[in-house]
Amino acid sequence: MTARVVSWLDERLGLTSIYNLVFDRKVPKVNWWFTLGRASLFLFIVQGVTGVFLSVYYVPDPSEAYGSIQYIMTGVTFGWLIRGIHHWGASLMVIFVFIHMLRTFFMGAYKFPREITWLTGVILLLATLGMGFTGYLLPWNQRAYWATTVGTAIAGTVPVIGDFILRVLRGGNDLSAVTLARFFSVHIWFLPVVIIGLISVHMYLVIRLGISSVPKDKEQ
Amino acid sequence: MTDSHEVQRRDFVNIVLVGLGSVIGLIIGIPAIAYLLSPAVKIQDEEAWIPLGPLDSYPLDEPKLFSYTRTKINGWEKTVNSYGVYIWRYGEGESEVKVYSNLCTHLSCRVTWQEDTNVYFCPCHDGRFNKQGAVVAGPPPEPLHQFETKVEEGVLSIKHMEV
Repeated sequence: MTARVVSWLDERLGLTSIYNLVFDRKVPKVNWWFTLGRASLFLFIVQGVTGVFLSVYYVPDPSEAYGSIQYIMTGVTFGWLIRGIHHWGASLMVIFVFIHMLRTFFMGAYKFPREITWLTGVILLLATLGMGFTGYLLPWNQRAYWATTVGTAIAGTVPVIGDFILRVLRGGNDLSAVTLARFFSVHIWFLPVVIIGLISVHMYLVIRLGISSVPKDKEQ
Repeated sequence: MTDSHEVQRRDFVNIVLVGLGSVIGLIIGIPAIAYLLSPAVKIQDEEAWIPLGPLDSYPLDEPKLFSYTRTKINGWEKTVNSYGVYIWRYGEGESEVKVYSNLCTHLSCRVTWQEDTNVYFCPCHDGRFNKQGAVVAGPPPEPLHQFETKVEEGVLSIKHMEV
């Protein structure tokens, strides 16, 4: 029965060919360092799912944000788990994406014909850091408030246009309800859309070009 | 025999994958569903005894209004609702007291005691109740809601509940 349903669907959707193309690719003999990309993707999906769940109760407003997170942590069943996964997953994702970048760099995997994979990866790393930066403000506690005050002030030290950048980031001269709302919007809409788009290009290129092999020692 | 050996390994891997997948799915799925359903399942206990002051402070055979507020916590937000009740002592004894809600049973407008006509009057649709809370005139479908009362050390209390 299951086999018949699967073959009926396969005939129409071409699932087997997608599976073969994506998962049954030929790869060179590689090591554990080559799993970091997939690990980053997995963490992004985890962050996406837990983030959607958090948005059920979180309110991006200065008077409600802190209370709504207290409610998630103490009032909602398994709220501590969902927020905990999102919290720790965020740090893990930055670490994994960064080591993924280092591995690509040190193994020279960014070279021809994979330059565009590398470039999209650079933007993905920056977008991941942006997710960390914008997400950090959302709990609206002392740490979040002052971290963002300092972070946006650092951006403000850019010569000539620094002051303008600072005001764009904060949505005014000071940290306010406007800052919280725009950080929230960037965190749940702008950056996720950018990341999903770039991951698609990144993954397409990985599948199209295949992955590079481990660089060989000169003497071998 | 090498062929059948390979097939067996494949089956084993499949079974392990499906098994582990189901366990992981349950471990993730159950908290996720509980998380979403949580506010629907956790209902606040709204019953509480509200003290209305010494019974002696209320006059005999004359309904008196008493107002109080209750704070309701909805997630991260608090709502303060105010309630009004009429206390009617129909005798000297401690048990000879009745407490009615001032919510009209028609559409929850507030009723007021009118001494000249001896009725509780609802201004919304001309509903009238007598001293015992029974409907005298107008559209209200049932008598005024009555609260459970108790008197301890001379202090009158009612059992508050959502009407």
